[in-house]
Amino acid sequence: MKFAPFKYLAPESTDEAVAVLGELGEDAKVLAGGQSLLTLMSLRVAQPEVLVDVGRAGLGGVGSGDALEIGATTTQNEALRDLSVRERAPLMSRALLDVAHHTLRNRGTVGGSVAHADPAAELPAVLVALGGEVVARGPAGTRTIGADDFFISHYTTALEESELLTAIRVPGPAPDAWAFYEVARRHGDFAQVGVAASFSVDRDDRVASARLVLFAVDERPLRIAVAEEALVGRRLDDAEARAEAAERCAEAIEPVGDLHGSPDHRRRIARGAVRRALEGVVRETG
Amino acid sequence: MRAQATDSVTVAMTVNGVSCSRTVSARTTLADFLREELELTGTKLGCEHGVCGACTVLIDGASARSCLTLAAQADGREVTTVEGLSEGRELNRLQASFRDHYGLQCGFCTAGFLVTATELLASGEAVDEARVREVLGGNLCRCTGYETIVAAVLDAADAGQGVRR
Repeated sequence: MKFAPFKYLAPESTDEAVAVLGELGEDAKVLAGGQSLLTLMSLRVAQPEVLVDVGRAGLGGVGSGDALEIGATTTQNEALRDLSVRERAPLMSRALLDVAHHTLRNRGTVGGSVAHADPAAELPAVLVALGGEVVARGPAGTRTIGADDFFISHYTTALEESELLTAIRVPGPAPDAWAFYEVARRHGDFAQVGVAASFSVDRDDRVASARLVLFAVDERPLRIAVAEEALVGRRLDDAEARAEAAERCAEAIEPVGDLHGSPDHRRRIARGAVRRALEGVVRETG
Repeated sequence: MRAQATDSVTVAMTVNGVSCSRTVSARTTLADFLREELELTGTKLGCEHGVCGACTVLIDGASARSCLTLAAQADGREVTTVEGLSEGRELNRLQASFRDHYGLQCGFCTAGFLVTATELLASGEAVDEARVREVLGGNLCRCTGYETIVAAVLDAADAGQGVRR
């Protein structure tokens, strides 16, 4: 249906956007690509008073210094095509292929997806799996928030009302190995269960550290520490270690049932998804 | 002076090569702008919340859901709708291919499929069936079962830059 009426403005710089958000506080909602927000507004689940369109605020683009930095309004397809993203965060490039459909990725933004924090969305899970961080600007200045602390609950993040997510950052070079697997009813649908993981591997090819994240199974992307522990010190081609990690994931989660499946069903899917993710682990050479 | 939040917005854009400007309610979607202000009713509204793809148009050459885009977000952009695809009064190659392959029945989804496929063919990439199906995956058709649509797009691609086999 049609959106409920709202007021609109499109600041032409980040400074202006931050100032406007500071003044408007909770009346304002930030509009980036609109592929999640406008959907909620068309269902009238969301009825913001004011939309602050940051599409002209100069927040797009990918930078690659010590950390890979992706500007908030970089579209998902721009990130997908970006060679530095592919080189520095191949897990993200892979996951982006499963973000909605091509046409939605033309407008949907990286920052929008992260700030929206849908528990079944790919990019929040990837950011946690890569040990990334969020850059936010508000009236008090700029701060960075680690991905582990950023996602709090359904559609709820550590951002303050008047703060604007300006970029996400992924530190360091690409991980030695990574894995991604998602189960959805149809391609492009939100995940029923998803797995995103990154690993550092030592000289003997054993896992030195792991970040293994499940999404769509809880109110936020969830690192499964007991499964990570099952993999550390063992090789990624060790089928027993992989099976143990999958089993621990299935035991660790407490999924809720919905029309797509019961908790038991979800647990079974999670076990299979982790196993398949780890079977398909990608080793970066070099 | 800082811009103020307003109930209405004045937007100017180029639609199918023609410049236009209108002052509309801020909540006007690009779809409603095209259909009601410009009377370009070739763009259809199916679900009106981004699921069906019937309302797909090109914004600066990239496909977009016009129901999930505000008219204000298209300010200053170049928009192409299904009305902008034909060559004069003749169907273009892709449209003719849809006709030849029976790639439509009721026609409600067709504008969206044509526009989405136009972006793919314009990209210059060699396509195969899997790629066509992937890109068209966000568009729903309840008549054809998709086989004839995919065949139409592949045929049009074959006549153009080629099909990867």
